[in-house]
Amino acid sequence: MKSVIIEKLGFVLLFGCIIITLFFLGSIMYLIFSQGLRVINWEFLTAEPYSGMTKGGVAPAIVGTLYLTLGSIIISLPLGVACAIYLCEYSRGGWIVNIIRMSINNLAGVPSVVFGLFGFAFFVHYLKFGVSILSGSLTLAILVLPGIISATQEALLAVPQSFREASFALGATQWKTIRKIVLPTSLPGILTGAILSIGRVAGETAPILFTACTFYMRGYPTSPFSKCMALPYHIYALMTEGTHPHEHTQIAYGCAVLLLLLVLVISSVAIIIRQKSRRGYGY
Amino acid sequence: MKLSTVFIENLYKWMFTILAFASLAFLVGITFVLFKESWPVIVNSNVFKIIFGTSWYPTYEPPEFGILPLILASFWVTGGAALVCVPLGIGSALYLHELAGHRQRAFLKPMIEMLASIPSIVYGFFGMVVMAPLFQKVFNIPVGLCALTGSVILGIMAVPTVCSLAEDALSFVPKSFREASFAVGANRWQTLMKVILPAAGSGISTAIILGMSRVIGETMTVLMVCGGAAVIPKSFLQPVRPMTATIAAEMGEVEMGSMHFHTLFFIGLILFLITLIFNIVAEIISRRYRLRLGLGR
Repeated sequence: MKSVIIEKLGFVLLFGCIIITLFFLGSIMYLIFSQGLRVINWEFLTAEPYSGMTKGGVAPAIVGTLYLTLGSIIISLPLGVACAIYLCEYSRGGWIVNIIRMSINNLAGVPSVVFGLFGFAFFVHYLKFGVSILSGSLTLAILVLPGIISATQEALLAVPQSFREASFALGATQWKTIRKIVLPTSLPGILTGAILSIGRVAGETAPILFTACTFYMRGYPTSPFSKCMALPYHIYALMTEGTHPHEHTQIAYGCAVLLLLLVLVISSVAIIIRQKSRRGYGY
Repeated sequence: MKLSTVFIENLYKWMFTILAFASLAFLVGITFVLFKESWPVIVNSNVFKIIFGTSWYPTYEPPEFGILPLILASFWVTGGAALVCVPLGIGSALYLHELAGHRQRAFLKPMIEMLASIPSIVYGFFGMVVMAPLFQKVFNIPVGLCALTGSVILGIMAVPTVCSLAEDALSFVPKSFREASFAVGANRWQTLMKVILPAAGSGISTAIILGMSRVIGETMTVLMVCGGAAVIPKSFLQPVRPMTATIAAEMGEVEMGSMHFHTLFFIGLILFLITLIFNIVAEIISRRYRLRLGLGR
């Protein structure tokens, strides 16, 4: 009898854990959306800020975030996918491959601010790109590279070996097999990884803190070598350098809502693609 | 085979090889740059004096670069976060594994993934505008931006990491373990606690280590909510300044090539090594565990 009571209590405890977790998620979402949605209107989305950042919109920050995100994905996706194709399809094991695998695994765990340090030293100073969209995109690209590589690897490994053998048996070369069989089959997996990386890049702040961002600029960035504003950095700057705490907090709420919407839409697209593809292939 | 086909095949093979090594070069480059930029600190000054120095006054004359308060602050906040995320993460994982039905899982898993996809800046902002004022009132302290606020927020941030990795570990436990336990008359709770949890133990410790590794490297949240006083932490209600926050706050204003600049890279290097150790330990544990359960590599 006693053990039955303990079992009940234990299950209640576990239920409590998940409820607390969901409670935090709910309260973060509720508080930010309920305050932030009030701020958002057409002007907030399309105008530049003015009067000491207390009025106007955050359009340059939105544009900056889009540039940085697109720039980093354009760089990291081909590199990451190529690296994974090499590791899964061409390489024949051995210590070099093991070293590559190990360093990718470990770099996935390196703090983002360390990537920021690297970008600041390497892109901003050694290569003299300055504080610019280019430096920021490159830094973010390296940050997500390990993630893209391992997601792609997983997708490639999920393609059954028999698919490749069938293709070889028909006389196709290795590249033809990769292009016509392996890549199309693993595309949903690769896409999911890429989209999740986009979501991560859009919200990252520490790496662009000293490689790409500025609190305020006139107009929009005109070249890859100009600085930019970005949504996550804008929240940070409003909350810490603000001279008008009340107005700035309101704008920061608005930015937080935009960022959350962006990230949530992106990751739900990824989740939907993944679930569709799971149903799609019957192997 | 036609000569041109062979040529194209080799061309692609070499292209992929070069691109693969290009990404490797980037990744190795990070380690190299960190060492190169912190080299002046390692050579010119007593490293022990920096690591165990207790005062961080980089802008004073003469400046003092003792980073012990920053290192301790990082571990302090991470320890606090562990107290939040280990019970919540593992509890949630056990619930998902044992109690949640098919439909509940389909709802709960995306929710937890959503928690993981919230950017750290949003957590930091939430901490600043909601948690800090709340803690200020509850604990009656002068400012709400303190180690406790940081720990709670970081703990919540790490729940998804711990939860999904722990759930993976639980699902690797063979079904036969469970059936054997039921067969000798144990109920579900006893089976869960005495058979499945110990069997998944090393997988779960991997989950905890990787969660902590994420927490210690977290930057924006601690920068915004920890208060930023570079003193040796003694209580959870005082402001602290972890390593990541120091780098992020000071890198923008530091003079290029100065001792301060190089010391910030040195802090980056230490942070890099700490996370490296965490990851290697996690990998060793998980490899052994897979071998023990007979899952191979």
